[in-house]
Amino acid sequence: MTMAQILFYLMGFIVLSSALFVAASKSLVRSVFMFFVTLMGLAGLYVLALADFIAITQIVIYVGGVLVLILFAFMLSARETLAVIQQQNNRFISISKLPAILLAVLFFIVMLNIIFKANLDQLDWIKASVATKNAITPGSVTVNNIGINLMTRYLLPFEAISILLMMALVGAAHLSRKEPGS
Amino acid sequence: MISLTDFLIVSAGLFCAGVYIILTKHNAIQVLIGIELMLNAAILNLVAFGKYDRINNSGQVFALFAIVLAAATTAVALAIILNVYKRYKTIDPGKVDGLKD
Repeated sequence: MTMAQILFYLMGFIVLSSALFVAASKSLVRSVFMFFVTLMGLAGLYVLALADFIAITQIVIYVGGVLVLILFAFMLSARETLAVIQQQNNRFISISKLPAILLAVLFFIVMLNIIFKANLDQLDWIKASVATKNAITPGSVTVNNIGINLMTRYLLPFEAISILLMMALVGAAHLSRKEPGS
Repeated sequence: MISLTDFLIVSAGLFCAGVYIILTKHNAIQVLIGIELMLNAAILNLVAFGKYDRINNSGQVFALFAIVLAAATTAVALAIILNVYKRYKTIDPGKVDGLKD
């Protein structure tokens, strides 16, 4: 058991347990802050998958942007929002949640079955990429290559995403503006 | 070395937590958090497979695109949630059941 594996299991445990806490907690504020822990743990998992640039992007965009947006929306929608949450019943497992638990657990079992049957480390293209030294090894620098690829091979999706991002931001500003009459 | 199967198991667990949150929560913001969890599970898969493509970086680049798209989605969804709150005074998705007027 190497150090990387120990770190992987630690990160995986943090990610899964904080996601389950988000699912189980009654309070909206607690679930938002545990979601923060989940995102940080996911960034750690990206580092262990040898994708350091994606990990930094995850921290900058998700933790810096998305989470602050969610907190804003939660603070702007006032006290009645919290009151709706408070009046739910306090039992841990209620009958109304049983179908959701069944669906999630059965879906998890199906996915586990597929993952184990696929036998991923023996796939042809993965074996070929390891044999031709196309796999990323610890210590190799990938950021230069990502930048070059983004500006050459993936230029069209990059531009499409940038236009879509601009449209989404204009649309969000338009949706949340004040009505001129009121 | 960490095998691909481990990454996919973690991502399957995240996805199922997202499914559970979407099905049970009575609050649009928490439903949005569930959707973000499912998106993150998909991004984790992309990154884990992207390890085996050093030259083209396809997995990592599309993980970047997915992260940016998730940010755009969140901005629009939160604007919609604020508008719904202004009109209905609640953000329970089960109680928002009217069309225009």
